[in-house]
Amino acid sequence: MIEIKDYFRPKSVEEAYEKLINIEGAEIIGSGAFMRLASRKINLAIDLQDTGLNYVKLEKDEIKIGGATPLGEVERSEIIKEVFEGKLIHVLQSIWSVQLRNIATIGGTIFPKLGFSDLITALLVLNTDVVLFNNGRMPLEVFLTEKIRKDILVELIIKNENRKMSFQYMRNSFYDFSILNSAVSVDEERNFRISIGARPAVAKLATKAMEYLKNNNDIEEASKLAAEEMEYGSNIKASKEYRKMIAPVLVKRGLEEVIQ
Amino acid sequence: MKITLTINNTKREVEISPSEFLLDVLRRLNYSSVKKGCDTGTCGVCTVLMDGKPVLSCSILAASADGHEITTIEGIEKDPEFKNISNALLEEGADQCGFCSPGLILNVYAMGKELKNPTEDEIKKYLVGNLCRCTGYVPQLRAIKKYFEVKA
Repeated sequence: MIEIKDYFRPKSVEEAYEKLINIEGAEIIGSGAFMRLASRKINLAIDLQDTGLNYVKLEKDEIKIGGATPLGEVERSEIIKEVFEGKLIHVLQSIWSVQLRNIATIGGTIFPKLGFSDLITALLVLNTDVVLFNNGRMPLEVFLTEKIRKDILVELIIKNENRKMSFQYMRNSFYDFSILNSAVSVDEERNFRISIGARPAVAKLATKAMEYLKNNNDIEEASKLAAEEMEYGSNIKASKEYRKMIAPVLVKRGLEEVIQ
Repeated sequence: MKITLTINNTKREVEISPSEFLLDVLRRLNYSSVKKGCDTGTCGVCTVLMDGKPVLSCSILAASADGHEITTIEGIEKDPEFKNISNALLEEGADQCGFCSPGLILNVYAMGKELKNPTEDEIKKYLVGNLCRCTGYVPQLRAIKKYFEVKA
């Protein structure tokens, strides 16, 4: 059972951060999605819905998404429909249900670095930065390795460039979490980005395979390299051996799609 | 703590605990069409509209709904679209025990506002979060396709 002692809806991010660092047991809540499953005590639940962080905008070559924007709003954004050949919409629409996406926020999805996240895997191959209220702007791949607990994800910034992307996943059914997922992208200069997630650890970039593809065209070999440089684990969804076996297949499918 | 919810166009002041979820508050207020099923954000029987968008009331803190407009199926009872959707479901034998029907109807209603002429694939994707243990989805899909065909 989740036990919340007090609830607070600040009018600004400054106000939210001040409470977050000064009150022991204070937490930022996305909305409540999946909170019922948790068994913990929260002294102060801070809800960011009135802090002005609900937006999707295009500024020069950057797509900016506010940290408190529900995934459903992102999915319905005309900006998101236009970029990356609409592939980001495909990723968003594969996340759980319409009803959940209208609740779950960008910050609530990215900040906890959820291992099963499909969105993190996809965003990693799109040159994405996160902007934190206290720790500032940093690439998503850096944020994922940092141990930051008390901060607020203010904004997500995705570089709007001519980049082809593909998102692949393996699931028991469409309406389920991914057993494994992978995203691949390439720009006009053949700079590839490859990520593998739900291993079940949080997604990360396959940097050796990305480096290999700078001077080589063998996608079979690149897929193997990408799969080999990851660590895998077992959970209720699948064993680590199974994940390791399907990883190169998903990467290869992604590479084939973006090279076409 | 005290919150204000506009439920089916009626403003109500409600005393809640910060740990309470919207589903439990709505049921406490006798909106019994909002069902408690899996209670984990999966089955969709607790679906309500919040500011016109379908959401899972089991996964929203009641405090987060403060100041928002909530619509349960009772709130669209007089809307002709409600009749059209429920008639299509009845004609195709698409509801049996009826437990999932309020959530399903509200989600189809919301889909009708968002997508003008959805394809079969779009319908399936939109309704993926409404589980039904009776029908096997075939008559539901037939009914919903029929509803949108007539609507178009």
